[in-house]
Amino acid sequence: MMAQPCTDTVMLEHWHPVVSLDELRGAGRCRTVLLDRPVEIVRAAGGARVLCDSAPVQTLVQYGYVWASFGTAPAPLFPFPEFDEADRRFVVTGVFGVQVSAGRAIENFLDMGHFPYVHTGILGEEPHTEVKEYDVEISQSRDEILATRCRFYQPKAAVSSDEGADVEYIYRVPHPNCSVLYKSSPVDETRLDAIYIFVQPMGQEKIRAHTGMCIIDDASTDLDIRSFQQTIFGQDKPILENQYPRRLPLDPRAETPIRADKSAIAYRRWLAAKGLGWGVIPAGA
Amino acid sequence: MEMLDLAGWHPIAASSDLPTRHVFHGQLLGREFAVWRADDGFVNVWENRCLHRGVRLSLGLNDGRELRCLYHGWRYSSRSAGCTYIPAHPADAPARTICNRTYDAVEAAGMVWSSVAPEAEFALPEVLAGADPLVLRPVPVNAAPGVALALAEGLLPDARAIGAASVSFAEAGLVVFVQPLDAHRCVLRGVLLAQPDDRMAALRYHDGVLCGLRDRIEASGEVAPPPLEVGFQPVDAALAEMPARARSGPKAELRVQVARKWDAAQDVAGFQLRAVRGVLPAFQPGAHIDVHLPNGMSRQYSITNAPGESDYTIGVKRDAAGRGGSVCLHGDVREGDVLAISAPRNNFPLRRDSEKVLLIAGGIGITPMLAMAQALQVQGIPYALHVFARSEAHVPFADRLAGLAVTRHLGLDAAGTGAVLGDILSGYAFSHHVYVCGPAPMLTATREIAAGAGWPEEAVHFEYFANPEVIDDSTSFEIALARSAMTLQVPAGRSILEVLQENGVDVPSSCEQGACGTCVCGVLEGEPEHQDVYLSAAERAANDQIMTCVSRARSARLVLDI
Repeated sequence: MMAQPCTDTVMLEHWHPVVSLDELRGAGRCRTVLLDRPVEIVRAAGGARVLCDSAPVQTLVQYGYVWASFGTAPAPLFPFPEFDEADRRFVVTGVFGVQVSAGRAIENFLDMGHFPYVHTGILGEEPHTEVKEYDVEISQSRDEILATRCRFYQPKAAVSSDEGADVEYIYRVPHPNCSVLYKSSPVDETRLDAIYIFVQPMGQEKIRAHTGMCIIDDASTDLDIRSFQQTIFGQDKPILENQYPRRLPLDPRAETPIRADKSAIAYRRWLAAKGLGWGVIPAGA
Repeated sequence: MEMLDLAGWHPIAASSDLPTRHVFHGQLLGREFAVWRADDGFVNVWENRCLHRGVRLSLGLNDGRELRCLYHGWRYSSRSAGCTYIPAHPADAPARTICNRTYDAVEAAGMVWSSVAPEAEFALPEVLAGADPLVLRPVPVNAAPGVALALAEGLLPDARAIGAASVSFAEAGLVVFVQPLDAHRCVLRGVLLAQPDDRMAALRYHDGVLCGLRDRIEASGEVAPPPLEVGFQPVDAALAEMPARARSGPKAELRVQVARKWDAAQDVAGFQLRAVRGVLPAFQPGAHIDVHLPNGMSRQYSITNAPGESDYTIGVKRDAAGRGGSVCLHGDVREGDVLAISAPRNNFPLRRDSEKVLLIAGGIGITPMLAMAQALQVQGIPYALHVFARSEAHVPFADRLAGLAVTRHLGLDAAGTGAVLGDILSGYAFSHHVYVCGPAPMLTATREIAAGAGWPEEAVHFEYFANPEVIDDSTSFEIALARSAMTLQVPAGRSILEVLQENGVDVPSSCEQGACGTCVCGVLEGEPEHQDVYLSAAERAANDQIMTCVSRARSARLVLDI
C-alpha cells in the first residue's frame, strides 16, 4: 500500500537518485518507488528514461546514476569533480533498503562517534573513542555543509601498516539526501578518496541508500571494495532501523547533541532553514 | 476505556524475563520500555530510547551497574538513569542533567509491575497476597484490551473482576491480567495462585486455555481502534544547545540522611549518605559533593562509590589543625542526621579512552581513586591502583580494595615515596594516563617525576585537597564582564569571586581556595596572576581561564567571559 504521495516542494524540486547505471545495464529496466510514487526506469538513448504511471518524468544521468525529479525547475545537481578525475576508480558498492528517513541515514554517515562501537576494529576501536574538535561551515554560495579537520583514530590506518593512527576526514552535504566524504587514501597519502552516499527517499521512513567510491587504488578488486562497504553498511542498518522517531527531528530539544555532533546540528538547521517538512519532524510540530 | 487510564499499574514482564545482564523490551499503553535488572537486584524501567540519537536502549549492554547504548557507548547509571560517561568527549564530565526518563517499577508475585503516570503507590492485588504463584507464558493478542477483558470474563463461570484490568477464577486458582500494550494490542498474563503438583501439565493445560481465549478474542470481529499517539518529551532546554559546559550549580539542593557512620581507617570516618526522598543523581568517578555542616561550613568530599550504587559514600580525615569541618563531621554528625549537600560536580573527570591507567593515591586522597578504580574494573580497562599510607591501619576503605588491582606502599618517607613513584612512572606509552590525589608534596613530586619520565602534561591528572600556596591578595585591579556588560573594581583583600557575588553575578563556587576548579571563568583580555593549584602549567600559560576565588590580575584590567 502506497502512502499519500509527497507534496513537499523542497523534496519535489530536487533531483533524486533512482538506480545506478551499473544495475540498470544488467537488469535492462527497474521498478522502484520515489517520494511515495511508483517509478519505472528503462534504458534509452542518452542513458535512461524514468516513467511514473506511464508518463515521462524529468530524467538526468550523472555520476553513474539515473536521477529523477517531479519539480517544475529542479536546480542542477551539485558538483562532484572527483567523479571525472581520470586516475580514480569509480566503484558502485551497493544499494541498501533501510526502514528509516533519509535524514537519519545522512546523519549516521556524518557521525564519527559510533566508529568504535558499531564498526569495531575497522573504522574505530575502543579505547580510542574521542571525537576531536573539528570545523563546520554552511557555505552560502554553494548551499552545502562542509565539515573539515575531522580526525578519528582508525586501527590499521594504512595498507602498509598494522598500527592505528588518526585518519583525516572531510564531509560535504551538498544535497539534503546526499553526502560525500573524503579521507586520506591508504595507498597514496597525498590524495583523498571520495566515498558517497546518495539516498533515494522512497517514503518518509523508507529509503534506498546508494553507495560507492571514487578512489586511488589499483590493487584491490571490485569485490574487495564492495565487500568492505557492505560490511560497514550492514553494521549501520540495524542501528538505523532502531532509531525513534524514524523521521529526523528538527526541534533542537528533541534530542541531546554534544560537541561531536556539530555537523549534525548544522545539517538539521540547514534542513529547517530550507523549510523541509517531509521525512522530518519540523520544529514546533 | 478505563483500561487505557495512564495511572493504572500493570504487569509488564515476568521476573524470569530479566535474567542476569539482559535487557528486556517492554510495552505499556503505546510506550516502549527498556527493562533491566542491575546486579544488586534493582529493576530499572526506562523509556526505550537513548536521549542522544533515539536508539532503542533495549539493544544496549547491561554491565550489571550501568546500561551502555549500542550506538555511541553512552553509559547510564542504574536507578537514576543519569548519563555518567560520553566516550566521544572522554576529558569532559557529562552534564548531570542528562538523564533518561524512568518509570516506577515494583517486582512482586513473580512479575514486574509498572505504570505510565501513577497516582498512587503500587498495591499488590489482594488475591496475590501471600501466594506462591506460578506465572504462565504471556499470550499476546491483537485486539483492544477492553475487548480482551470482556471475553476473559467469560472464560469460566465464577469470574470476579479485580481492579480495572484483571479477572480472577477462584475454583481454578487462576488470575488473568490484561496488559494494555496499546489501544489495539494487549497481552494476557495468567497466574496460578499456588504451585501445582504437576507443573508441566499445568503449564501446558493453562497455555492451551489462554491460547484458546486469544483465538476467541481475535475472532470476535471487533474493529481494533487506531494506536495511541504518544509523543516524546523534549529534553531540557539547557541540553539542546551547544556547548554543554555546565556553568551554574546551585549549592545545596539535596537532602541526605547519614545511613551509616563508621571508622574507615585510623582517623578516617566513613559516611554513607542516602537520599531522604527519591533517588540521588548519578555521579561520575572523580566527582565531589559539597557537604554543608551544622556549624555553617561547607566542605568538599569525593564520592568513593562504584558505578550504579545508590548511596554516596565519603571519607573524612580528622584534621584537628584544620578549619573545623572534619572535626564537626567526626564529632557532631551521627547516624540518622540529615545533611544538605550539593549535587555531584566533576572537576576531575576520568578519561576512559586509555590503554592503561595509573591511579596514585596518598592517604585520604584514595577517595576519588576508589571510584575511578571501580569504574575501570567494571569496564575492563587495564589499570593499577597504588596506595601510599603510613600503615595498613591508615588505608581507608580497605573493604572496597578487595578485588581491585591494588598495590600498597606502606610507611615510606619522602625519599622512599619518590623512589617508588619513579618505578611506577617509568615506561610512558601512547594512550597511558596517570591520576594522582594526595597531600600537596606528593602531588608535586609525582608531577615532577612524571615530567622527567616523559609523560606529557595532558596525560597527568591531579586533584589537590587544598591549596598549599599563600595567597597574595594585596593587589587591586579592574575587571570588565564581557557578557554582563559591567566593569567592577577588585580592591586589595577581596577576591574576584567575592566582588562578582556581591554585584549579583552568579558564579558557582565550591572550595574557594583554588583547588577544586568550580569557579573557573574564561579570560578574554588581560594577564591573570594564577594562584590556584587546579590549572596545569600549559593551561596557566594560555591565560584564557582563571580561578576567580584566588587568582588575580597582573595587568591593570581583565576582561572576563561572563
